[in-house]
Amino acid sequence: MTSGQLFNLVTLGYFASMVLFVAFLATHSRTVAMLATILAYLGFAVQTVAIGLRWYETYQVPGGMGYAPLSNLYESVVFFSWTILLIFLLIDLKYRQKSVGAFVLPFAFLAMTWAQLRLDSSIAPLVPALQSNWLTYHVITCFLGYAAFAVACGVSIMYLIKVRKESHGEDNPAGGLVGLFPSAKILDDLNYKAIMIGFPLLSLGIITGAAWANYAWGTYWSWDPKETWSLIVWFIYAAFLHARFTRGWAGRRAAVLSIIGFGATIFCYLGVNLLLAGLHSYGAGG
Amino acid sequence: MSGKQSGIMTAVWDFFCSLKLSIFTLICLAVTSIIGTVIQQNLTRNEYLNVFSEKTYAILDALQFFDMYHSWWFVGLLMLFCLNLICCSIKRLPRVWRVVKNPMMTPSDAALQGFSNADVCRVKGQVSDLAARMETFLAQNFTVARRNQTEDGIYLYAEKASYARFGVYVTHLSILIIFLGAIIGNIYGYKGFVQIPEGGSVDQAWLRSGGTIDLGFSVRCDDFSVSFYDNSQRPKEYRSLLTVEDQGQVIVEKRPVIVNDPLTYKGITFYQSSYGPAGGEVMTIKAKVRDADKTQALVLHRGEQGLLPDGSRVQVADFTPSFRNFGPAARLQVKPPEGESYVVTVFQNFPDFDNQRNGELIFSLVDFDQLYYTGLQVTRDPGVWVVWVGCTLMVLGCLVAFFLSHRRLWVVLKEEEGKVRISLVGSAHRNQPAFELYFDSLKEKFRQELA
Ligand code: HEM
Repeated sequence: MTSGQLFNLVTLGYFASMVLFVAFLATHSRTVAMLATILAYLGFAVQTVAIGLRWYETYQVPGGMGYAPLSNLYESVVFFSWTILLIFLLIDLKYRQKSVGAFVLPFAFLAMTWAQLRLDSSIAPLVPALQSNWLTYHVITCFLGYAAFAVACGVSIMYLIKVRKESHGEDNPAGGLVGLFPSAKILDDLNYKAIMIGFPLLSLGIITGAAWANYAWGTYWSWDPKETWSLIVWFIYAAFLHARFTRGWAGRRAAVLSIIGFGATIFCYLGVNLLLAGLHSYGAGG
Repeated sequence: MSGKQSGIMTAVWDFFCSLKLSIFTLICLAVTSIIGTVIQQNLTRNEYLNVFSEKTYAILDALQFFDMYHSWWFVGLLMLFCLNLICCSIKRLPRVWRVVKNPMMTPSDAALQGFSNADVCRVKGQVSDLAARMETFLAQNFTVARRNQTEDGIYLYAEKASYARFGVYVTHLSILIIFLGAIIGNIYGYKGFVQIPEGGSVDQAWLRSGGTIDLGFSVRCDDFSVSFYDNSQRPKEYRSLLTVEDQGQVIVEKRPVIVNDPLTYKGITFYQSSYGPAGGEVMTIKAKVRDADKTQALVLHRGEQGLLPDGSRVQVADFTPSFRNFGPAARLQVKPPEGESYVVTVFQNFPDFDNQRNGELIFSLVDFDQLYYTGLQVTRDPGVWVVWVGCTLMVLGCLVAFFLSHRRLWVVLKEEEGKVRISLVGSAHRNQPAFELYFDSLKEKFRQELA
C-alpha cells in the first residue's frame, strides 16, 4: 500500500460523505447524517495515516534525507484538505450542526481530487532554501488558518441563504433544504468562532514565514506577492473582526467580508503561484 | 474656544477614534496592496517601457505605482491607520483601566438590574451569617470574594481574569511596536552583499542602496562547496566555510554557513545567498614514466607551469569541465629539457587515453576543482528583535482577547421585611453564551445552598 493509493481512498470517502451530507439536507434523515459523519471521520483517519506514510516514504527515496511532507504544492493541497476536516470535526464535536458538512466537505473533496488528478505527487528531496524547521511551522499554522477560513466561508454562505429566505418569509415549517440550517444567530456565531480560531493562526503563519525569510535571506519582509497577499487576507479578516462592533456592519456585511476573505485566501494560496510572477512559488528558490 | 470650534474639534477627534475609520483604512490597505502584486515593483524605466506606453508609464510613475509600498499615499494610509489606533486607544484605555482598577464593588440597584444574569432568593437568618456562608460558596465555586458593608447591606464581589480586558490593547500596541521595529531597522540598519573568492577575504560590503560600508572586521572564505542529490541536478547544500578576524585576532574559525544557518558577528549577519565560478580551476595532473614505477602528481591552475623530475615543464593550456560527451578534459603543453615542445590531451574519464600516444611520459587528468566565489547577503538590523517582540505580543494579545473573558459575580445581602434578600448577579465582558451556561449551573447550586 502506498500513500498515493490511500489518498485515493480518502478522496472517495470524502466524496461519499459530501453526497450523504447533501442527501441529509434533502431527506432530513438522522441515519444519513450519521453515515456521512462516520465517513468523514474514517476519511480523516485514513488521511492521517497516509500523510504519515508519505512522511516515511520521503526517507526511502534514494539520497533523500526525509522531510515533513509539506514542501510542494501537492503535499500542501493534501494537508489543506486534512486541516479542513480537522476544523470541521472539532466544530462537529462541539456544536453538532450536521448541515454544515454539506458546505464544508466539498472544499476538502475538491482539494483532494485536484491533488490526486492534476498535481505532481513525486517525492523530491528538499532544495537548500526549504531545509528549515520554520517551513514546517509556517505551513502548519498557515493551513490551519486557511482551513478555519474555509469553514467560516461555508457557514457564511449558509448565513446569507438563511437570512435571504427569512426576509422573504419563506421559512415554512417543513423547511426544505434550509429548514435544517442552524438559526442565523448560531451561523453568525459559528462564522465568528471560526475566524477567531483562524486569525491568530494566520498571524502566526505570517510571523513564522517572516522569521524563516529572516533566517534564510536576512529580510523578514520584502513585499513579494505571496507575502503581500497574505497581508491582504489579514487586513480583510481584521476588518471582519472590527465590523462586528460597528453598527451597520454586523450580520450580512460581515458574512460577505468572510466570503471575500476566503476568496483572497485561495488567491493567496494558489492564484499568486499560478497567475502572478513571484519569487515564492513552491520548490523554487535557492 | 467657542462652542462651535470645540464642536468641530470633538467631531475631528471622534472621527480619528472611530471604528468605521479602521474598517475603511483596513479595506483601503487591502485593496491598494493588490497593485504592487500585479505591477512588478522597482524595475528599470526601460523594462517598464517594454510593457507600457510612454503615456501610461508617465501616469503610473506619477502615482508612484512602481514603488507603491513606499509611496506617499501608501505610507500615508499606514500613518492614518496608526493614528486611528493611537486615538482609539487613548480614548478607551483609561475607561478600561478604571473598570479593572476600581471595580464596581457596591453597585446601585439600577446598575445591578442592567445585567442579564441574575437570581434572587429570600431566606430567614442573620445577614452576617449568611454573608459568611455566601463567601464560602463563592470561594468554592468561583473565587475568593471581597466584602463591603454599607448602610444598605453587605456586598460580596468576586472577579476572574480582569486583565483579559487588556488583550485587545496589547494586540493594538503590538502593531505600533512592529512599525517601530521596522523604522529602527530602516534608519540604523543596512542591507548589502559581498562576494568572496575561495581563499580571499573582505572587510567591506556593497550596499544595495549603492556605495560600500566598512564591516570593521574581515571575513575570509576558506572553502565553498555545492553538493547535489544522487544523480541529479537538484542542489542539496551550498556551504561556505567562513573565518572572521577582528584586529588580527581570529574570532570565528571555519564556521560552516549554509542556507538557513547564517553567521552573526557584532550585529552583522552573513547569509549564504549565491555562488559562481571565480575564474579558474585547479587541475590535478599525473605523469608516469613509461616502463618505470615512477609517478608524479602536479596541482596546477590554468596557465601555471609545473616542473617534472626529468626537467620537463608542464603547463595547462586549456581546460573544460565537459568536452563534448567525454567529460572533463585538459590540453597540456609539455616542454622537455631538450627538443620540441608538444601538446597532449587528457580526459578524466579515460585515464589510459594518453598511453596510446606512446610517449616517454604518460599523462592523465586525475581530478579538477572548480574555484568558486561565495555570495553572501550582509544585513545589519538592530530593529529586528523589536519586531519579534511585537509579533509575540500580537499573538498573545489575540489569544487573550479571543479566549479569555473578565467574569464578575456580585452577591448582595439586604434585610427586607424580616427576611434576608440575597441576589446573585454575574457578568462577562465577552463570550456571553458560555457564561450563561456557567451561570445557570451556578444558580442551581446557589439555590441548593440556600434551600
Ligand atoms: C486602525 C486601527 C484599529 C483600531 C482603531 C482598532 C480598534 C479596535 C476596537 C475599538 C476594538 C474593540 C475593543 C473592545 O471594546 O472589545 C478592537 C478589537 C480588536 N482589534 Fe482592533 N483596531 C484597529 C486595528 C486592528 C488590527 C490591525 C488588528 C489586527 C490584529 C486588530 C485586532 C483586534 C482584535 C483581535 C480585536 C478583538 C476583536 C474581538 O473581540 O472580536 N485591530 N479594535
